[in-house]
Amino acid sequence: MSATHDDQLLITGLTGVGIELEIAGAGSRSYAFIIDWHIRVLLAIACYVAGWEIYSHIGSRGGSRFVQFTAIPGLVVYFLYHPVLEVALRGRTPGKRSAGVRIVTAQGGTPSVGALLLRNIFRLIDSMPLFYVVGLVCCLVTERRVRIGDMAAGTLLVVEKVSAARALNSLGELISHSGLPPEAAELIDDLLQRWHGLDITARDTLARTILARVDRSGSGTGPTEMNDSALRERLQALLSGMRAQ
Amino acid sequence: MNAVATASAWLKARTPIWNAWIAQSREPQRGLSIVDAQRRIDRYRAIARDLATARTLLPQSRARGALESLYLETHASIDVPSRLNTARLRQLFRDEIPAAVARLRPMILWMALLMAISALAGWWMISTFPDLISLSASPKMINDVEHGKLWTDDILNITPSSLLSVRIFSNNIVVSLMAFCVGVFFGLGSIYLVAVNGLMLGALLAFTRQHGLDGELFKFISAHGPVELSIICIAGAAGTSLGNALIRPGSLTRRDSFREESRHAVRVLIACAPLLIVCGLIEGFISPDPTFPLVTRLIVGWLYWLLMLVFLSGKWLRRPTA
Repeated sequence: MSATHDDQLLITGLTGVGIELEIAGAGSRSYAFIIDWHIRVLLAIACYVAGWEIYSHIGSRGGSRFVQFTAIPGLVVYFLYHPVLEVALRGRTPGKRSAGVRIVTAQGGTPSVGALLLRNIFRLIDSMPLFYVVGLVCCLVTERRVRIGDMAAGTLLVVEKVSAARALNSLGELISHSGLPPEAAELIDDLLQRWHGLDITARDTLARTILARVDRSGSGTGPTEMNDSALRERLQALLSGMRAQ
Repeated sequence: MNAVATASAWLKARTPIWNAWIAQSREPQRGLSIVDAQRRIDRYRAIARDLATARTLLPQSRARGALESLYLETHASIDVPSRLNTARLRQLFRDEIPAAVARLRPMILWMALLMAISALAGWWMISTFPDLISLSASPKMINDVEHGKLWTDDILNITPSSLLSVRIFSNNIVVSLMAFCVGVFFGLGSIYLVAVNGLMLGALLAFTRQHGLDGELFKFISAHGPVELSIICIAGAAGTSLGNALIRPGSLTRRDSFREESRHAVRVLIACAPLLIVCGLIEGFISPDPTFPLVTRLIVGWLYWLLMLVFLSGKWLRRPTA
């Protein structure tokens, strides 16, 4: 089962536990396409140059054999880049990876080979009249932000969630060392990670608010009297489980 | 124990398990034993349970995000279509493609009729208004024919058969895919493409007849033409069926009807691709070679056409029943 709401694809997993996937819009799609386009153009040029070099060692330039060695491999790489990579990488390409999107079925699963081929066949229409105008217009006007190829194949592009490993990284340590409530520990960790990127007044206000709520040590200087570096040290101390004396 | 302490204790206890699951989710997906696959499904259920708990105990936690991500990864690794192995391919060519072709049969016959009528119209048009040939042929083609020479005569002197074949089958595949894809314009694109192909064929036959070269043109197309023209009709029929699905979606929504029809039609196109590759080889090696007599070309052309019928019917893969 799946439904769409405000650029979110709501899927009910096989266990009945539902989850929301953010549907990728025209911007993410275009970004992914531009990266992929550059890669395939470079690959095609590399094939052309390699074919040129090989042919120049075994025959004279010009003529039909020259085309066989140079143009054909490059064109094959250029035109088969998307179908081959999408099938091999299960709905991902290097461009899609860097844009943080991937192709899924309407149920959030991995699309079949047939579906991936079908969505690529329709590039003939989506790329019309030039620069994917048809595909882009379709993305802008359809509910699921899909181009014609996706409609035919029953696929859509979703934003990949942050890697589970990255999200869980250090969470166990934070909880066990700090003794703080999990959400408070995460909040302090987030603030410390972004410390240098934040405006000094904003980070100090945030730090004071958090300390006022979670720092129960009751000793030493109060958060309102601390300067920027003292606030940071106190937060670090809280996370590592030490109480300010 | 209060709620915060419960959540903390639960998180501490579960985090090592989730880290182990993350490590397991990175194991290769192919070649799993039944026990491993069962384990993965059990893990999927356990992740779902933990996710539901995390949503209750820690709705804003990083753990919730991590579990959602892990749940999705595992979901995507379980909700996977069957692999394209020999058995799957056999099923595709034996059952699914013939069923898809059977669904399209009336449409294919209409497309064949349209092509025949267009060819007759093209013939009539050029027979009546010879100057209109410039609509169907390039100036070089017209010049060659007017000088008693077919544009295909020197083709092998310019391009070797192998390269010619590659060029021809690539072009034919693109034309067939286009005939299918333009069906998205409510079928009109496919009808237009098939009609134009028929019109050009009739026009060129009439034009070459005016210069006594119709026999040569017929000789050229007799080996590859039957299958090539049939496949254009089949691809056109597949495209028109897309248009039909959009115009008359029945009980489905237009989007679902379009998707359902595309799913069937793409199977027909998969079958057409190898047929067009062989067509390209015939057109590259036999059609332009003057050493092949007309009889040989006719035999090749019609035998290949019969082979196409057998191939699309799936009978070649069915075991005879006792």
